Amino acid sequence: MDDLEDLYREIILDHYRSPRNHGELPTPPAHRTEGFNPLCGDEIVLTVVVDDGTISDVRVAGHGCSISQSSASLMTGAVKGKSVTDARRAMRSFKRMMTVTDDTDEDAEEPVDLRSLGELAALQGVVKFPVRIKCATLAWNTLDQALVELDA
Amino acid sequence: MNRFDPERVRGDVPELRRTVHGLEMAYLDSAASSLAPRAVIEAMSRYYERTHTNVHRGVYEIAEEATEAYEGARVAVGKFIGAADPSHEVIFTKNATEAFNLFARSWGASTLGEGDVVVLTEMEHHANLVPWLQLKAERGIELRYLGVTDAFRLDLHDLDEQLAGAKLLSVTGMSNVLGTIPPLRRLADAAHAAGALMAIDAAQLVGHAPMDVGALDIDVACFSAHKMLGPTGIGVLWARREVLEPMPPFLGGGGMILDVRLDGFRPAEVPHRFEAGTPPIAEAVGLAAAVRYLEGLSMEAVQAHDLSLTGYALERLGSRFGDKVRVFSPADLTDRGGVLSIELQGVHAHDLAQVLDRHGVCVRPGHHCAKPLMRRLGVPATARVSFGPYSVERDIDALLDGIDHALGMFG
Repeated sequence: MDDLEDLYREIILDHYRSPRNHGELPTPPAHRTEGFNPLCGDEIVLTVVVDDGTISDVRVAGHGCSISQSSASLMTGAVKGKSVTDARRAMRSFKRMMTVTDDTDEDAEEPVDLRSLGELAALQGVVKFPVRIKCATLAWNTLDQALVELDA
Repeated sequence: MNRFDPERVRGDVPELRRTVHGLEMAYLDSAASSLAPRAVIEAMSRYYERTHTNVHRGVYEIAEEATEAYEGARVAVGKFIGAADPSHEVIFTKNATEAFNLFARSWGASTLGEGDVVVLTEMEHHANLVPWLQLKAERGIELRYLGVTDAFRLDLHDLDEQLAGAKLLSVTGMSNVLGTIPPLRRLADAAHAAGALMAIDAAQLVGHAPMDVGALDIDVACFSAHKMLGPTGIGVLWARREVLEPMPPFLGGGGMILDVRLDGFRPAEVPHRFEAGTPPIAEAVGLAAAVRYLEGLSMEAVQAHDLSLTGYALERLGSRFGDKVRVFSPADLTDRGGVLSIELQGVHAHDLAQVLDRHGVCVRPGHHCAKPLMRRLGVPATARVSFGPYSVERDIDALLDGIDHALGMFG
């Protein structure tokens, strides 16, 4: 059951049991966006404040599995206090890590530098469980949508 | 009471010979799709190897054989559910969802206008919700809902008020989340007394309990072959002939017409009026084989087998895990089938199902296409356990060991 332990690493279970930046910020000034994973019924509410191109605060509420909840928690840690540009960069790296690559495809992109992802790299085991990728990307897709809505 | 040996049924199901993660597969997801016995697979292969061509067209030998096989399947299915007029009352669709869409789009759209009332329940699958919600959005029909009690039964205290002035009562024959079987005959009587038609979503019922549309006195039933040991790609809309006769076509095209001119068409008689295009012929042959297989087991015995496993699962879950497992399902074995939903304290259904997979256990996590019911239950998702005639107690034992593992991991 090695790959199961690879999926449910201790850091993921820790963020699941004690999610960081959990809850909702008052709107306004925060912007509120809902994200749904129709597959498993997970629903999250993301509230975010963007000031002068910087994500000054972000919180996530809602319910979901350990992968979606820990990914949301890890995401808030990765983007809070960062510029929107840096947040988008982290988003791109994270989504690349979550992309199933074909080893035989010579044109495949360079593998993502896991060190640049910091704690987010804990979720790399998810890619071996394709059905769960949507759980891991739910918070990021919701943040993406929020940034689009904010035109940030 | 007839009994069958589930080990013999297991021997008939080729898919159960495979392993998952090196373990015997404990398939507890028959409510999502059942596993087909060899007789079904071979009937379809034989059809493709010997008889395949289009139906209702050619006059050559195999064309007649194909038509006979297809129309024979219609009659077999109709007899299986006690239809009064099997050759005219069974419409083959893609699945139960399409059957509901056909009924809502044809009967609903030609009968219902603004303010007309359709009564549904809070425990419906989306297949028996969304087509009606579409009619509500497009035509302003009114939808009313029977609630669900804390004992996971249908709440009938306001049945007569809800039915007052209604045109249709459409209810699940067996909840795909809770396993609850509503009192269908009583509901049909109440619907008819109020001047409404009675439809049931028979997707979970038809392959798991004896079902006689005459004895239930219902007017419409929708179901899918792949939940009754048959193939995917075919479902059934059954309706009494008087209900079907005035209904306009749903899909237009070949096969559903009497005549076509450049300025119009005349639709065919029932049932062909509702079967546009080449139908799922091999699938109909497979469905007929599934019906024969189920009849061989006897539906009374299939139901008794499901209930015996349900009793074992309820008892073992309670005695081994106590409050750590919440069971969303009637606590007794009356008026129910072999479906139950569980939630583990501190473990999301998706995570539970992932851990169970490593024990060879197949269960379904999620909202089971019944989001309003999930809201009523106050949970985002459950893990659903469901049985088939090939299920055995050791499948449940594997489930219990997997639950233990998940509790240790997340608890």
